Amino acid sequence: MALQDVCGFLETLDDISPCTYLPNEMGYMWRTPFEFDRDSAFHFLFPPQQCSRKNRAPTLFSSTFSSLSPHQQPFQLSHGTTTLGFIFQDGVIAAADTRASCKGLICCPISQKIMPIHSHLVVNTSGSGADCMLWERILTREMRLYQLRHRKRLSINGAAKLLSTMLHPFKGTNVCVAATLCGWDGEETQDTLQSCMEIADVKEAVEQDSNVSAISDVSAQGGVKMASINEQDEISKDTQALNPTVSNQNTKNVLSTFGGRSGPRVCYVCSDGLQLKGEIISVGSGSPYAYAVLDDGWRWGMTVDEAVALAREAVFRATHWDAYSGNNVDLFHITAHGWRRRDREDLKEEYYREREREKKKIKEREKERQKREGDELVEGEGDIYSVHCG
Amino acid sequence: MEYLIGIQGPDFVLVAADNVAASSIIQMKHDYDKMFKLSEKILLLCVGEAGDTVQFAEYIQKNVQLYKMRNGYELSPAAAANFTRKNLADYLRSRTPYHVNLLLAGYDEADGPGLYYMDYLSALAKAPFAAHGYGAFLTLSILDRYYRPDLTREEAVDLLKKCLEELNKRFILNLPSFTVRLIDKDGIHDMEKLPVGSK
Repeated sequence: MALQDVCGFLETLDDISPCTYLPNEMGYMWRTPFEFDRDSAFHFLFPPQQCSRKNRAPTLFSSTFSSLSPHQQPFQLSHGTTTLGFIFQDGVIAAADTRASCKGLICCPISQKIMPIHSHLVVNTSGSGADCMLWERILTREMRLYQLRHRKRLSINGAAKLLSTMLHPFKGTNVCVAATLCGWDGEETQDTLQSCMEIADVKEAVEQDSNVSAISDVSAQGGVKMASINEQDEISKDTQALNPTVSNQNTKNVLSTFGGRSGPRVCYVCSDGLQLKGEIISVGSGSPYAYAVLDDGWRWGMTVDEAVALAREAVFRATHWDAYSGNNVDLFHITAHGWRRRDREDLKEEYYREREREKKKIKEREKERQKREGDELVEGEGDIYSVHCG
Repeated sequence: MEYLIGIQGPDFVLVAADNVAASSIIQMKHDYDKMFKLSEKILLLCVGEAGDTVQFAEYIQKNVQLYKMRNGYELSPAAAANFTRKNLADYLRSRTPYHVNLLLAGYDEADGPGLYYMDYLSALAKAPFAAHGYGAFLTLSILDRYYRPDLTREEAVDLLKKCLEELNKRFILNLPSFTVRLIDKDGIHDMEKLPVGSK
């Protein structure tokens, strides 16, 4: 493939001299991924083999230091960005700002950090822009290959595992990718469904909404069916039908009701190797600010509007405090039918609107207070002194 | 930052690990499980550098399973511990060492319960009690004072609670909850998650 040629993943490297392994002043050894078994087509998927042919003699000194990550600061919240993803009863919300920064310069105020992989999966990326673009394309390729080979879509957790395994050989190099996979798993069999009536109702409603489904399903199964697994849109409609019945339960109950086979998912994968599944994930230098808003407002039973508002608010607060986040906010909503994108919104407007709202609120509070004091005066309980203090 | 502890009794091993998955200063997950089930009666507790823990632990886990598939019987805890140590040692002087600290706890029909302490330099020691992490500095002396080889299960859980209370009191980081498991001749039992401060 063209990408493969450009990156030279399968080139034999006999003519390239091996890297020197002189540790730099930090004892940090530069690793390349080309040292493994080059005969295998997926050599970057395997854990690194012991390099017995090259008699390296890394000392204990270098081996302890080589596991230090490239970032040496005490706590560096690297990746100048704010991205977030969370699940709730009606799907997944993925939101991100649009500022791409390079040290103190805004390289691009309108970059796109949320990239769709397929109809039911989007990935929020942060870290180095080039690395994210590359790895997003590699992941897309691998997932498509999996789908063609196995005739079913790889689950979100599987995709996270795949990406994590592919990134592992690059650990210790300067590859910097922190991706949040947000999507809907849709592999459910007929016998987990409950009410046929609900399914029929939802089917009808969805058929009217066919534009979204059409976009989603073209890139999906492509008409290939397995006997035991339903067509993608039937499955997704059925899970939609299940949603109202489970929205009142505890989160843990819900996730186990889904049986781990279907439902909204959020997974975080980092080039360090960290891989986490959760309900709320936020990444980037603005993530602490976003977490504060999300932790406060998140409930499993939120409506779509509440969830969208929460995500917007979280990104907005983060962009306010964090210098490396800002400009606009992108928002994607993923349900069983696929992803839907909300229009990009300029947060500058939101900031001014909030100022106006605050001014109005202050005026109203002032009015109320005056009215209250007016009442107290009339009743003759307050004296002149308290009016002045109020 | 992370904490592991194991206490061996006459016919059981009690192990606990904290539930925090952190990335720089943020707790990204509060219910993260750091224990990996190698077989019906062996648990591997693994902490250390972010990606290395899962990669290494899953590698060991799959290899132990593979042994069982090939040979029809499971590796004993001692064998599994030595296998793990050998892998750590092999990778140590390679260009990709795994920076992980481990506790391996298991029950063998013939030898009884065993707790093995391993660190990132591939040291291996069979110990009656062990701990990893900064919390270990605070709790090892408690274990020294109150540990006896003939602890009952309840006494072991009380000892564990004492350790966790000390952590809550003196450790600078907040570790709100711990996964606790017990291994005996009947296998691995999940016990109640211990929030720190419970009596």
